[in-house]
Amino acid sequence: MSEATGRAKGGLKDLKKIFGGGQSDVRQFGILFSLIAIIVLFQIKTDGKTLSSGNLINLVSQYSYILILAIGMVMVIIAGHIDLSVGSIAAFAGIVVATSMQSWHLPWPLAILFGLFVGALIGAWQGWWVAYVGVPAFIVTLAGMLIFRGANQVIGNANTVPVPQGFTTIGAGYLPEIGPSTGYNNLTLLLGLVIAIAVVLKEWRARRVQQSMGSAHAPLWVSIVKVVVLDAVVVSATILFAGGRVGTSFPISGIILGVLVLFYSFVTRNTIFGRHIYAVGGNRLAAELSGVKSKRVNFLVMMNMAILSALAGMIFVARSVASGPQDGMGWELDAIAAVFIGGAAVSGGIGTVTGSIVGGLVMAVLNNGLQLMGVGSDRVQIIKGMVLLVAVGVDVWNKSQGRPSITGFLMRDRNAVVRASGEGTESYPAGSGSIKEKVT
Amino acid sequence: MPASSTILEMRSITKQFPGVKALSDVSMTVQAQEIHAICGENGAGKSTLMNVLSGVHPSGTFTGDIIFQGQPVHFKDIRSSEEAGIVIIHQELALIPELSITENIFLGNEPTKHGAIDWVTAKKRALELLARVGLEDDPDTQIKHIGVGKQQLVEIAKALSKSVKLLILDEPTAALNETDSHHLLDLIRGLKGKGISSIMISHKLSEIEQVADSITIIRDGRTIETLNVKEDGVNEDRIIRAMVGRSLESRFPDRTPHIGEIFFEVRDWNVQHPQVPERMVVKNSTITVRRGEIVGFAGLMGAGRTELAMSIFGRSYGNFISGRIFKDGDEIHVRNVSEAIDQGLAYVSEDRKALGLNLIDDIKRSVVSAKLPKISVGQVVNNLKEYEGAEAYRKSLRIKAPSVDAGVRKLSGGNQQKVVLAKWMFTEPDLLILDEPTRGIDVGAKYEIYGIIQALAAQGKGVIMISSELPELLGLTDRIYTIFEGAITDCIPTAEADPETLMKSMTSGKKRDQRI
Repeated sequence: MSEATGRAKGGLKDLKKIFGGGQSDVRQFGILFSLIAIIVLFQIKTDGKTLSSGNLINLVSQYSYILILAIGMVMVIIAGHIDLSVGSIAAFAGIVVATSMQSWHLPWPLAILFGLFVGALIGAWQGWWVAYVGVPAFIVTLAGMLIFRGANQVIGNANTVPVPQGFTTIGAGYLPEIGPSTGYNNLTLLLGLVIAIAVVLKEWRARRVQQSMGSAHAPLWVSIVKVVVLDAVVVSATILFAGGRVGTSFPISGIILGVLVLFYSFVTRNTIFGRHIYAVGGNRLAAELSGVKSKRVNFLVMMNMAILSALAGMIFVARSVASGPQDGMGWELDAIAAVFIGGAAVSGGIGTVTGSIVGGLVMAVLNNGLQLMGVGSDRVQIIKGMVLLVAVGVDVWNKSQGRPSITGFLMRDRNAVVRASGEGTESYPAGSGSIKEKVT
Repeated sequence: MPASSTILEMRSITKQFPGVKALSDVSMTVQAQEIHAICGENGAGKSTLMNVLSGVHPSGTFTGDIIFQGQPVHFKDIRSSEEAGIVIIHQELALIPELSITENIFLGNEPTKHGAIDWVTAKKRALELLARVGLEDDPDTQIKHIGVGKQQLVEIAKALSKSVKLLILDEPTAALNETDSHHLLDLIRGLKGKGISSIMISHKLSEIEQVADSITIIRDGRTIETLNVKEDGVNEDRIIRAMVGRSLESRFPDRTPHIGEIFFEVRDWNVQHPQVPERMVVKNSTITVRRGEIVGFAGLMGAGRTELAMSIFGRSYGNFISGRIFKDGDEIHVRNVSEAIDQGLAYVSEDRKALGLNLIDDIKRSVVSAKLPKISVGQVVNNLKEYEGAEAYRKSLRIKAPSVDAGVRKLSGGNQQKVVLAKWMFTEPDLLILDEPTRGIDVGAKYEIYGIIQALAAQGKGVIMISSELPELLGLTDRIYTIFEGAITDCIPTAEADPETLMKSMTSGKKRDQRI
């Protein structure tokens, strides 16, 4: 291998670290490329409509609730479960909150808290069945899907319930106009500036940590290129979001999403609880023998999912100004698709929040772009189905070839060496039952 | 048949993986009616050689010739090698637990009549085959209901159903207890008499010495030598020397024990089987451990050694009935694993892939996984401390990996075991319970792990070591408890112990005079 290609490969590996941190072996880098490719494709096909202010703003407010679900779903999937009930829970929480404001005249901020509380209760219920009774999450949440869809229609008499004006902010609101008239939305500009600076600081800090670890850190030019590219994206996005139709700007639901992404990325990557989720999903028996309370982890993960479902339901209700019996239909599938496109493993233990968000964005841009092109919803579904299948198929095929990812394809000589040294494909029985039963 | 006729000859086999030469110019000859052992450290190329022979690596992906029964052969896949009469039985058995013995034997090879499976013929033939391997179970029994030893016999029956001429066994006795191993080895000897040759890969040198007619030793992808057991006067040390390429003065590092006071004590410990309440898996057991002492647990498989160890370690096995644990004179309560870790206990499982490691993780995350608070501020993990903690153990235990970011799945057995040891040393325990810490590990790595264990004792920690290999217990421990059917039958200072007395206490409930 010549020195130049060696360096290029190193750079590629480091660029890959933009996403996923410690989990750099998954295919997130490839999926990021796909996202960019799809955006470019639609930008050309729709004569620039895809990256217009109006469309971007629309895109964020239209898909934020699916992406919020994807955050919870990736944690559920990392822990080795699945949640089919998120759409029904969203619908149920939506109607309960709408009714509480209409019938009991609950002020809307309290109603939001009430909605989250309802989500927590449902989550505790489902979490109890999954973690402490031991019913597979697939069954528990399949039941939940039926129960809470039905409960939504019982409470709402299968009708829609409108919500008051203040409440709609969380789904249909934008950053307000303040300060001097600049032709742009000032708060959005400020937000963009903060993010651009944060990108620089984060990279600088990451370099320092890498240096003190003495681990293979990227050459300086990689960092500079990375920061310049990322900040260019941030700046252009900021200008697009800030320069929309007067009265619109960056959606509030997008800000909620952003805060949740930051928070849950941190939780999954940097906290003890996050480590425990990966440990339980990767090898539950080994985790238990390392002192991880796997039942508690499973309970909390299921409960968290239900709380986020309730939040997503409320944002949707706020956006559509009413709660209805068909709310949240099929959301679980969109969320699950986003997570798997984003590189999570069906067997658990692998996945990241950022990857799932990128996966969700792929689906969102695809949906949006096809709609802009006037493709009917029937065909959109077919295309989305194919994309899911091909994306995961490519990943599975790569793994069966001993390559961890699309990036791995570019570095295949290195992986081949690893395979040659043995233990490439190992099979061992998946742990079932508790450790207490394991030894006989 | 004359004993000198050769059944298999492999000539100058060279197998190149991208970047690595796994085999270079390996030759071996197997005579008809012989048991031919292949010895070598992990990663020496034994499995690659067998994969070349059985068609896992198809003809054309390697250079060199294979001559089987006088004919050059070119296998495209496993099926074509099986058709020629070469059957490989892998270490991890390829049986389907939910299917019956008959169904497993004929899986992929079902006798049919008019296009439908002919179960009558299948069962009849299954009975014949089971009789040949000496298995008396009903052929309708599901595989999951028979033990590993019998499963191994079913694998052999399956091979016989394919009219095998050369049987390849990869670590056939690794998971078997003494009785089952004997039975299996007898069977292989019996097959030899009926014209079926065997190639056997094994780490258990004593077995090889007993059963093999000749031994080919492979090191670093090359044939070192082929020994004829009868003529060359082979013994274990001779084999080890050829395997590691150096003479091991001793198989155990030197050590002068510094044994202190009793600091850990388990009194009258009783544990019930988790599913069968009337069965006690640990009965009235009392053990003591002194500081700096290595205590052995000897017992046959199923005697309750692991059950005793795991039930002490935070009641992670069975239903706790009664018993008390004392540490440094005070009674301690360890109701779950995290309490056990907090009390300074550590348990290294015998099954490192299923219970010891999350194979998806890298070294770094594995090492810190049992004591995350140590590298965390509040609930937040500090990546730098994590790296430093893991890196220190990578260096001190000499884990062979480019960095602590390397995935544990790709490591060799010995290095994986070092990661597990590092994980538990990281918790700074006072008492380490090591359950079969050298199982499936090659000779060189074993020696290193013995050194680690001795170093832990030298730091004043107590070590309990469970092992099925008596020489290992005799070479390493200070005192040995023998366990039989869940009860402790004896406690012998190692200096006074020998394999015969140990075996007596391991196989009968009779107590010698107690000297605890």
